[in-house]
Parts: sequence; C-alpha cells; structure tokens
Amino acid sequence: MAEIQSPVPGTFYTQATPDAPVYKVKGDAVAVGDVIGLVEVMKTFIEIKSDVAGTFAGYSVENEAAVTAGQTLAQLDG
Amino acid sequence: MPIKRLFIANRGEIAVRIIRAAQGMGIHTIQAHSEADAEMLAVRMADEAVCVGPAQASQSYLNIEALVQAARDCNADAVHPGYGFLAENANFVRAVEAAGMRFVGPSADTIDRMGDKVSARQAAQAAGVPVVPGSQGRVETPEDALATAAEIGYPVMIKASAGGGGKGIRIAHSAEELAQMAPQAQAEAQGAFGDGGLYLERAIASPRHIEVQILGDGTNAVHCFERECSMQRRRQKVWEEAGAVCLDDATRERLCASAVALARSVNYVGAGTLEYLYDSATNEFFFIEMNTRIQVEHPVTEMITGLDLVQEMIRVSGGETLSVTQDDITRSGHAIEVRINAEDPALQFMPFPGQVGQMQLPTGDGVRFDHFLYEGYQIPPFYDSLLGKLIVHAPTRAAAIAKLATALDDLSLAGLKTTIPLHQALAADAHVLADDIHTQWLEPWLDAGNLSATP
Repeated sequence: MAEIQSPVPGTFYTQATPDAPVYKVKGDAVAVGDVIGLVEVMKTFIEIKSDVAGTFAGYSVENEAAVTAGQTLAQLDG
Repeated sequence: MPIKRLFIANRGEIAVRIIRAAQGMGIHTIQAHSEADAEMLAVRMADEAVCVGPAQASQSYLNIEALVQAARDCNADAVHPGYGFLAENANFVRAVEAAGMRFVGPSADTIDRMGDKVSARQAAQAAGVPVVPGSQGRVETPEDALATAAEIGYPVMIKASAGGGGKGIRIAHSAEELAQMAPQAQAEAQGAFGDGGLYLERAIASPRHIEVQILGDGTNAVHCFERECSMQRRRQKVWEEAGAVCLDDATRERLCASAVALARSVNYVGAGTLEYLYDSATNEFFFIEMNTRIQVEHPVTEMITGLDLVQEMIRVSGGETLSVTQDDITRSGHAIEVRINAEDPALQFMPFPGQVGQMQLPTGDGVRFDHFLYEGYQIPPFYDSLLGKLIVHAPTRAAAIAKLATALDDLSLAGLKTTIPLHQALAADAHVLADDIHTQWLEPWLDAGNLSATP
C-alpha cells in the first residue's frame, strides 16, 4: 500500500474541471507521473502526480476538501 | 444620510485598510469572515465580526445571500466590497440595495455598463476618449482589410471575429504583409469557427499600462492623476508608481481630462480607475477598460495627493458631495508600491502559505506598509497570495527607488517565502532605474535568469 500526499495546503480536486471525469477510479492502473488530482493553493493549481506505479485503491479525501501539507490524498495497491 | 455601520465584505489587507478608514470617520465596523479567516487581523480590529460561511470563497466571500443576510442581521447600513470577490458584481449591488443598505461604489447599472468591454468602449467613444483603433465590426474580404488597415494605421492585429483567446491572431506590419496574411487568417477562421469574418485592431508594440484614478459623487467627478503599472507577471501587477514619469505635462493633462469626461458621462459614484495602453513611440493613449472599485495600488495615489481615497468613497456613497474640487487636488513627489506576496521567487513563484514568525517592518517618513499580518498568524491557503504592500514616497523617482531599496532591506517576515527578493533585484536593475520598461518587460527579464543571479 502506497500513499500519495499533498505537498502543500489547499483545496483538493479529484477532477480537472467540474465537468471532467475523475482522474482515477478504484482498480485503475497508475504509472509513475500519472496525475491523480489537483491542489489549489492561493489560486494556483498544482498537479498531484504519483511517484510510484500501482493500482488505484481510492481517494482518502473528498473532492473540494480542504487539505494540509503532508495529508494523504489517495492510496495505491501494489 | 451618512454611513454609521459599515459591513466589510472582503478580507486580507484591504479589509484592514477599510476598517482604518471607517474608524477614522467614527463609523462602526462589522467584518465578514469565512471559517478559515476567524483569526485574521481585520476580525481583531473590527468592532464586530460575523462568520458568513466555509473557507471556500464560493460559499463565503462570493455568497451574495449569506453576505446580505449577515449584514442585515448586524444592522449594517452600508456594505464595502473592497476589491476582487463581489466588488464588481451588479447583482450583489442590487441585493444590498434591495435589503435597504447602501453599496460603497457605483450603481448596479454603471457596473453593468462599464464592466462589459463592448459597452465600456462605446461609452468611452461617446465621451470623446480615445480607444484602440479597430474595424467597425466585421471585415469580410482582403480588400476590406487593406482599406480598414489604412485608416487604423500599421502594425495591425488580425483576429478571427468569432474567435476567442489567442487563436488565429496575426500581426501585419505593412500592406504587403496584410495582403498575404488576410486570406490565410480568413481560411483559418473559417476552419476553426465556421466563420471567416475578421476583426482588425491597431497592434501596439510593448505598450505601457497607465491608469487614471477618479472620484465621483454622481454629479461631479475629479481625477487624482495617473499611475504607471507596466511591471506585470501573468497579467498581475507587481510594482506600481504614481505618477508616470514617461508622460509630458500636456499628455498627462489630456489623459486625466479624458478620464474625468468618461466618469462624468456615466454619473460615476465612488472611486474608480480607467485603464489605458500608452504607446511611447507615438505618445498616444487608448482606453481599454474601467475598474469600478478601489484598487490594490490606490496607496501610491494617496501618497502623492494626500487624499484618503477609501474615506472619500465612503463619504460619497453616504450621499455627501466630494470633499475636494479638482483645483484642491495637487501632486507632489513620486510614490512606488511593491506587492509582497507569499510566493517563492526562486521556485517559479510557488505559493507559500506559512506561519508568520518574527516581523520587522520598515518605518520612517514616506514609508507605509499596508498588510494583514501579525506574529504567529497562519496564512490560509484558500485565497490570493497578497500579504501586504510596501509603499514609499520621495521627492523624485530616483529618490523613491533608493528609499524603496532601504525599506525592503528593513522588511523581514520570518517563516515565509515572499517576493521581497524580486523587488530588491528590480530596485537595483538598470532598466528599472532608467524607467525603460513596458508590459512585456518583466517576464522575459525573469526568464533570462535575472533573479537567480542575485543572492
């Protein structure tokens, strides 16, 4: 089990825009460098990328949730 | 009737600024805040504070219903919108007025009219204010394009009439180039938008951004001279000056008179800013848009004129006439403001919402620091990165830059990454010292590594 953490505090998004599909759903393959979400910090959007490969196990926080630096955003199996 | 209980529907440094202005007039202040802003300085300073919703701006500072309800519950008789958020939202003005309160700013109709670029351009033309020369509507054929360009003057920018953004924009420097580009642009517009109509506009190479501060009471309008705000990154101003030393006196007079004419023609109430592009090569200025609110950079105007723009806008919104006539407003010396943002200039300006450690603030004659910080304050990540504005005033531009450099060295905000190093580097740059800048100057300067060269 690997965890993907937020490098900064802000607001977490599981989709690029309100109309876009969520970046990953449970069971999706995740490659190194895949974007799994966005964190908005002070009006700047930062792409959250996985630095390990695995299978997406799920988001740990909801879309549009406030997150702190170091908080786990999603988990991978494998 | 004068305003007695003012509700502040904003946050950060401008909320602090509004509270100071209101308290100086003996007005009771009521500060709105989100759940994430309960500890901000404006909440501590205000006579009352009220939570209007969760951290997300869409549910708090942009929530018209919640703000109006909170203001009514606190028996406010007026609402100050600050800048950003709902400051230029006509529906907010209507909701505030429908609830029996005054809005500190112009009418909803004025905001609608001046907020729309096309109607603002028409209002400017009707008031005799120069706008960027362009085609009257669509240009259908290459022959049309050549005839129109001859009237507008080269270089011309060719845009798809139906397009948005930068798609299909070309710049022709001569009739020969235009003859070649127009059919290509038409074909591309047809392909991209299913519409081959073109729009032509004078292309202004390396323009300066110059703006004029105005005040109005609905009947009378005055100007408070101009500001030079060409130093921009990603269309955000980072360094602003009053006045624009590149202008000669005759041009300055025409520019400011044009702003007053437009403000008067729309019966403007409150503080407003008319933004212009200035072409140094031809000494021409062109109106581009109006901001119907107080602006971030208003302090440089206050420094050279001695006016309190925020108090003046509160006064006229309470129904009083302007406290000054045009002849009362004079300018002295030169002022510069730099924006201190919670961003790391060494790391592509990555936002840095840290906790404020020990603060050391510059003091002295002609030095002002508008901010919302205190030691131990945790800066929330949910809003913009502006921490404060360092403003200096001196007899000349050169003396102002020297004073700025000293003040920047005296400013220290432990625990944070800020844009202080950017401003230190700019204040030492030969082009900046020579006022040899324009709106397209800062980004290439950054890309060339001028910042990383400094310690």
